[in-house]
Amino acid sequence: MAEPLLRAERLHKRFGGLTVTNDVSLTVETRGVHAVIGPNGAGKTTLIHQIGGSLRPDAGRILFAGQEVTRLPPHRRARLGLARSFQITSVVPGFTALENAALAAQARAGSSFRFLRPAASEAGLNREAMAALEQVGLVDRATVPAGALSHGERRQLELAIALAQRPRLLLLDEPLAGAGPEETERLIGLLRWLKTQYGILLVEHDMQAVFALADTISVLVYGRIVASGRPEAIRADPAVRAAYLGEDVAA
Amino acid sequence: MHFLLREGALPLLLFGLLAAAPFLGFGQGYAMTLLARAMILGMAAIGLSLLVGGAGLVSLGQAAMLGVGAYAVVILDDAGVTDALVVLPVAVGAAMLFALATGAVAVRTSGVHFIMITLAFGQMAFFTASSLAAYGGDDGYTLYARTEVAGRRLLEDRLGFHYVCLGLLAATLLLCRAVLASRFGRVLRAARENPSRVQALGFHPMPYRLTAYVIAGGIGGLAGMLLANATEFVAPSFLAWQRSGDLLFMVILGGLGAPHGALLGALAIVLLEEWLAELTEHWRLIFGPLLILAVLFLRGGLAGLPAQLRAGCSRG
Repeated sequence: MAEPLLRAERLHKRFGGLTVTNDVSLTVETRGVHAVIGPNGAGKTTLIHQIGGSLRPDAGRILFAGQEVTRLPPHRRARLGLARSFQITSVVPGFTALENAALAAQARAGSSFRFLRPAASEAGLNREAMAALEQVGLVDRATVPAGALSHGERRQLELAIALAQRPRLLLLDEPLAGAGPEETERLIGLLRWLKTQYGILLVEHDMQAVFALADTISVLVYGRIVASGRPEAIRADPAVRAAYLGEDVAA
Repeated sequence: MHFLLREGALPLLLFGLLAAAPFLGFGQGYAMTLLARAMILGMAAIGLSLLVGGAGLVSLGQAAMLGVGAYAVVILDDAGVTDALVVLPVAVGAAMLFALATGAVAVRTSGVHFIMITLAFGQMAFFTASSLAAYGGDDGYTLYARTEVAGRRLLEDRLGFHYVCLGLLAATLLLCRAVLASRFGRVLRAARENPSRVQALGFHPMPYRLTAYVIAGGIGGLAGMLLANATEFVAPSFLAWQRSGDLLFMVILGGLGAPHGALLGALAIVLLEEWLAELTEHWRLIFGPLLILAVLFLRGGLAGLPAQLRAGCSRG
């Protein structure tokens, strides 16, 4: 079997006396979705931070595309092809949607230590940014400042930013949080297509979305993975149902 | 009147007025000195606005850059070197080196810590200048001639000096605008608004911030070189932290949105100070409240005024 795109091995993280990541191992393949679910406070976001590089695990290692990245800072991991969206939408509010995506394209298209030519007139960057906006259905809003977009639109923009990075792995922390029913439908459709192109590590509370999208699901409780497997197996796992899923999914 | 409110009209108007000023009743020695001072401080303020408005770094050390540029003139003058072909690159280069050395430490911090650390470096430079006994120490150093330009005494001439300052001011403004609009400036501005997003994209903000700090330092050095020539006298007071505060105030009063705001702020403060001081010796009692009102009610500073008026017109 080919080496997975991302491999986290036996990660541990403690904050003071609290163990927030306890012996977590998981893999993400080059295509498809590995979803991490779990109740609030299970340590999902902390896990994402460790994989993204903004937190360093106390023990364990992280391999990305065959290379050890455990000690690399976020910007170096990004250069290797790891794109992330944040639980709380993180865009540059004063930039237009187009400029947000163009900044992402700029990150891997040559040096950014260029001082005189106006970046806004670089056709190559704008074209890629536009293509990314098109993929998420945000072309009409290209010239609107990100700060003036609706919440759902900002979530779409965040995906466009990730796509404009031309990443290999998407690290998505609750991409559906706060989206209305229609926006959720659209985003699920988009993610369904994205998973045919990229490896995705998804943290999400919306169980319908998770079961619609995931190829593998890991259940995190108190920092520990209590179950991991195909969606059908997770759905049927009595321990998981008792601990977490409840009647919602059984219905 | 409406064309004056158009976007981009303001800097053109400013430069038009400055270019014509010697022929509009500001041709006497005193007025020209005042205008030169305003333009030179405006230049330093434009450099500072690259940091404050562009990078979000509030520096209280810009006067030290001016001081390094000014003392470069003094030290070279003392050594008998008075040609701008040498003095200019040395003044700018020295200020950039000073900015590089101090900035390498300072840009690792942000917010209040950045303010304090730039202030500390500024004070170090101030006390160093005070202790330069060979160059007059606290008493300062008198320049008996202005810097020559390729052997010609261009700067001795009042009009010549005015237009050299104006030309360099325009070049500074155009440079800062270009830098802010470039790829570099885009990363710098994005890192001000959302540093974690910028890192997640693969940029490390620090080298961008340091580079901006060095550019601002070089502009400060240029302004310092000109200021030494304008006053024909250099003293440690050039590096006083109060001057850094003044420059910061010019930037904020003028508006953080665009580099020409800093120029507008510098002109407003230098000229207003002068005008009020003529009216009454208690001018500071008027000056202070005026500045407070301006900061409270002018969103976007003086440079944002046309946009505010535009909005007012279209509403009215």
